[in-house]
Amino acid sequence: MYSASDLRKGLKIEMDGVPFDIVEYEFYRPGKGQAMYKCRIRNLLNGNVTDKTFREVDAIDQPDLEEREMQYSYNDGEHYVFLENRTYEQITLSPDVLGNAKYFLREDMTVKVLFHNGRAIVVNLPAYIEKEVVETEPGVRGDTATNVTKPAKIDTGFEIKVPLFINQGDWVRIDTRTGEYAERVAKK
Amino acid sequence: MEIETPVRLAAPALELHINAEPAGDQFLRTSPELHMKRLMAAGAKKIFQMGPCFRRGERGSRHNPEYTMLEWYRADAGYAEILLDTKSLLLAVARDVKGTTDLEYQGRPLALAPFWERLTIAEAFLRWAGWDPVKNFDADRFDLDLVEKVEPRLPRETPVILTDYPAAAAALSRRKPGNPAVAERWELYLGGMEIANAYSELTDPVEQRARFEECAAARAKAGRQVYPLDENFLAELGQMPPTGGIALGVDRLVMILADLATLDEVLPFRL
Repeated sequence: MYSASDLRKGLKIEMDGVPFDIVEYEFYRPGKGQAMYKCRIRNLLNGNVTDKTFREVDAIDQPDLEEREMQYSYNDGEHYVFLENRTYEQITLSPDVLGNAKYFLREDMTVKVLFHNGRAIVVNLPAYIEKEVVETEPGVRGDTATNVTKPAKIDTGFEIKVPLFINQGDWVRIDTRTGEYAERVAKK
Repeated sequence: MEIETPVRLAAPALELHINAEPAGDQFLRTSPELHMKRLMAAGAKKIFQMGPCFRRGERGSRHNPEYTMLEWYRADAGYAEILLDTKSLLLAVARDVKGTTDLEYQGRPLALAPFWERLTIAEAFLRWAGWDPVKNFDADRFDLDLVEKVEPRLPRETPVILTDYPAAAAALSRRKPGNPAVAERWELYLGGMEIANAYSELTDPVEQRARFEECAAARAKAGRQVYPLDENFLAELGQMPPTGGIALGVDRLVMILADLATLDEVLPFRL
């Protein structure tokens, strides 16, 4: 158990069996009253962010979380299969656990899988991955502005917004945390 | 009369949720209250002091472990007279530094004159939290609902006085004559932020000792350090005439006047 004074940004806690991550944290004490800890917390299962105020008297559950490095192996048509190098242990994850991460996987990519009570709940990819644009309107030569965008598809079917100068066949770097275009990179 | 009282004390005022910073075998003051009241007991009529106070472990956008407090006490007066003092002071300060009493705080107008909203704690809690803490006090629920339901809904356009606290939250204020369920205590909010805390001071040394002892027991139960009782204060308190007093957070008032959102922007040497 944590006491409220243990709370800080980045700490992982559990409420009603659900693991949360503290995104923002603020000490506050009203008048002569007890210390309060105003937090923004993120549900690690679905990513939703909410506000929660903890009181000094509150006891807070500590989640059983474990992060393991694994390699993406293959997709069996529905599920995604990952391997732990060291133990050769294999896990199979459904697309909804992966969320957008499923569009950015590459064979043999090393990922970090977060387990809660032994169950995989989040797959964290490297912050940036590189992908080829397989479909977009033809580029506008000379227009290097990055604030005007158009839709583009990558090989997994995921759609991103890219600047007008990007052509079909270009390679781009994508931020896996936001699913947003970062920059154009040299062709592979 | 401007006065100064010790910053390092053997016996800081006992409050359940306020922790003093140790300084050698003594403590840095969490408030100058007890010494100022001893001056009132010795015959002072109107005194004020502006200086540093220290609260252990308090750090946030509106809290700093060291901050500047303005306190004043007025003899033969109560919290109503202190409210008049406070209005005069804030209007004069605003005219002096801003040239107007029509302020703007964080994008919203805040008119210091002429009207100050006054709400009893019972009214405010019944309106926004759905219960009356004067009838059924629950300390934990009171603190949480104050922070989550009441403070966020307080009007921002005028100063707000929250007044007549449940007797259980009286701290060092006296119970209201004719209505002992409430204490003669008010808090001033500007732009939704707590700025000052005022009392009709408790002058009964027997009741004061009982409150300190109750608080000492509660601190011990919560595993917090228990400070010694200030016996000099308790011995002299019976000599104090009816008195009104107030503690006003100067740094927060500067936040309001300078239209700044956090103490970081006000305190140049914040660690």
